Amino acid sequence: MAAAARGLSRKAVASLQRATPGWSRAMSEKATSGPQATAPPAPPPPPPQEKTVFGGLKDEDRIFTNLYGLHDPYLAGARKRGDWHRTKDLVTKGTDWIVNEMKKSGLRGRGGAGFPSGLKWSFMPKVSDGRPSYLVVNADESEPGTCKDREIMRHDPHKLLEGCLIAGVGMRARAAYIYIRGEYVNERLNLERALKECYKEGLLGKNACGSGYDFDVYIHYGAGAYICGEETALLESLEGKQGKPRLKPPFPANAGLYGCPTTVTNVETVAVSPTILRRGPEWFASFGRKNNSGTKLFCVSGHVNKPCTVEEEMSIPLKELIERHCGGVRGGWDNLLAIIPGGSSVPLLPKNVCDDVLMDFDALKAVQSGLGTAAVIVMDKSTDVVDAIARLSYFYKHESCGQCTPCREGSPWLWTMMERLKVGNAKLEEIDMLQEITKQIEGHTICALGDAAAWPVQGLIRHFRPELERRIMERAAKENEGLRVANY
Amino acid sequence: MCGRGSGSCSCGAQSLSLSRPRNPTPTRRHALPVAMRSWRAASRALAVLRNAHPVPAPTPAPARHLARLAPQIQRRDGPSASYSTATFAHVNTPENNSELKWDFTPANMEKVKELLSHYPKNYKQSAVIPMLDLAQQQHGGWLPVQAMNRIAEIVGYAPIRVYEVATFYSMFNRQPVGRYHLLVCGTTPCMLRGSREIEDALLKHLHVARNEVTKDGLFSVGEMECMGSCVNAPMIVVADYSNGVEGYSYNYYEDLTTERVVEIVEDLRQGKKPKGGTQNPKRINCGPAGGNTTLLTEPKPPVCRDLDAC
Repeated sequence: MAAAARGLSRKAVASLQRATPGWSRAMSEKATSGPQATAPPAPPPPPPQEKTVFGGLKDEDRIFTNLYGLHDPYLAGARKRGDWHRTKDLVTKGTDWIVNEMKKSGLRGRGGAGFPSGLKWSFMPKVSDGRPSYLVVNADESEPGTCKDREIMRHDPHKLLEGCLIAGVGMRARAAYIYIRGEYVNERLNLERALKECYKEGLLGKNACGSGYDFDVYIHYGAGAYICGEETALLESLEGKQGKPRLKPPFPANAGLYGCPTTVTNVETVAVSPTILRRGPEWFASFGRKNNSGTKLFCVSGHVNKPCTVEEEMSIPLKELIERHCGGVRGGWDNLLAIIPGGSSVPLLPKNVCDDVLMDFDALKAVQSGLGTAAVIVMDKSTDVVDAIARLSYFYKHESCGQCTPCREGSPWLWTMMERLKVGNAKLEEIDMLQEITKQIEGHTICALGDAAAWPVQGLIRHFRPELERRIMERAAKENEGLRVANY
Repeated sequence: MCGRGSGSCSCGAQSLSLSRPRNPTPTRRHALPVAMRSWRAASRALAVLRNAHPVPAPTPAPARHLARLAPQIQRRDGPSASYSTATFAHVNTPENNSELKWDFTPANMEKVKELLSHYPKNYKQSAVIPMLDLAQQQHGGWLPVQAMNRIAEIVGYAPIRVYEVATFYSMFNRQPVGRYHLLVCGTTPCMLRGSREIEDALLKHLHVARNEVTKDGLFSVGEMECMGSCVNAPMIVVADYSNGVEGYSYNYYEDLTTERVVEIVEDLRQGKKPKGGTQNPKRINCGPAGGNTTLLTEPKPPVCRDLDAC
């Protein structure tokens, strides 16, 4: 919807559609800035903003009311909190109604790329050519910093299962596969128990909720591979293969799981949909800035006094989010060094940007970062920021699937260079060289893991170049001193 | 990216010297191109760089062969020396070779049938990952090649289709691990909150190197990448393989301190089951320490607009 309004080409929209994994904000970038993508015309001016203050969501407006597991996560408790209330009526309203309501709500995918959900659902074929359609829920949450879907699956599994039915009807799917990462064993057991309850009560399966619609949900799990959060790698993994992303086109909406039309969506996106339909799209759209509407689970980790996951209004100022819910930065706001605002894949922000940036897709994009999965990683002044980013480079080196050369070879280079820069064991020119390598990786791979590996390093060079230079100079000075003494 | 089928395995990674002191009298000056236009230029420049920081002489062939046999990779000094966990190659051993027969127990075979029922009949391969997981639990925490062969037989695919899956995913151990396999999350959010100290405390307490099994076969310590518990960092996972599939658990222990992690290990040694989840008594799951700031009221009963009217 928003993309169409901004006048993106069909190709760009189709590229955007790939998005779901944590790093996939990269994809929206790639779609518009990649060498193959057609340059989109300038976006129209944003709609006038009526609301100017964000944050301080009230408890009655929170969707995930059992986020902290204080109440019964299973059917009896879930029903008390409003799940499975009039689901039959929602289903019988039909596909078009559901998709339109989702479009009206302005919900953007919560997996990282922020693609408008209603639009994405509408890409599924209207008339089947004999192949079944599938909904695949991406619960392979592995983006460093992100731990929101876990809370949904272990404390509010019925929100997800009901969402599967609603989203399934919205995209005319006959079955849903929920792909959970292998490490979430206890979360999977919770979800399996909730699923059994649903089948027993007739909420899923044949004639789901008595609506006449047949819909099955299956739970599948991986075995520890970050790359499986990329939607086509996830489909490969679901087919029992190595999780190596597929070339697109064909896009999953045409040929996805088992060659059938498939849409892959994030857990949070699916789980909020029944509540949006029950309370109305206008309610949901009333939160956050225009084009960034809704509520969102934020995971704040790192150097804050009280790290936590919390549901807040979109567009809440970053500083307010940290001070209101996390007890502030360790040692006070002035002790802040940098923040990674949206999971490991997005570039970090130095303190002066963090002071007044809003937590939404557009505001963070404007400061050359991204909302990603809204996983805020806070680093105070005691942090060795080069070490922190070097560890991320190691992560991407470890998780590269090895399919495309730039990523397979480039991500170890990034790591080894970062390890040397950490101790200043480098030449000054190598900072530019490192930047060059990130540019050689970015945009030259099948999926966006290459971009994701490049961005944290780019962010470091952009904002902390003097720190890198200082380390190199200091080490060189020390070595020269040693040399002088030795010669003497 | 060992065990991921890429060109650089752990041996390759080890040959890249990182924190080695630089030669104070470089014999070869390297002028690196500041702006490289092409990929080739980048790789050339990297070659120059490698020359500038010469790698140590390669290990002689027999020793390298033995190193491949050894199930563990020694952890080098310093926190930067973090290497991934698995070797990629298979070497026949008496308990891990294709000549042996392996099968699921009858109870687990029922589970396999249940798993296969989740997928279309012509896509049995979909069940490979869950089946490998089941086989690993049954086999005490690791996957011998004979188990992979049996799974290939069940799904009706060539064994290589199973091997490539088993080598790709990091949760499959192809070498024996301890009955309690302890995995420390080492990615940045945990690292910022002290995961390296946690791992050091574990290794020191158990007197092992990373990926080495203790002499009594009870514990092994490995590193995992982000396990999705970042607001409760630092954390470890205890994979309990001591009682087969029925007793299998994979519990997260979160908000750890170096003292608490040692207590957990000692509890496990005594056969106790320490409570999983956050170890900070002031926290409830992922809520902030010292009391939640949201969801303080009882959840509301269903809120719904007039659906008939819209």
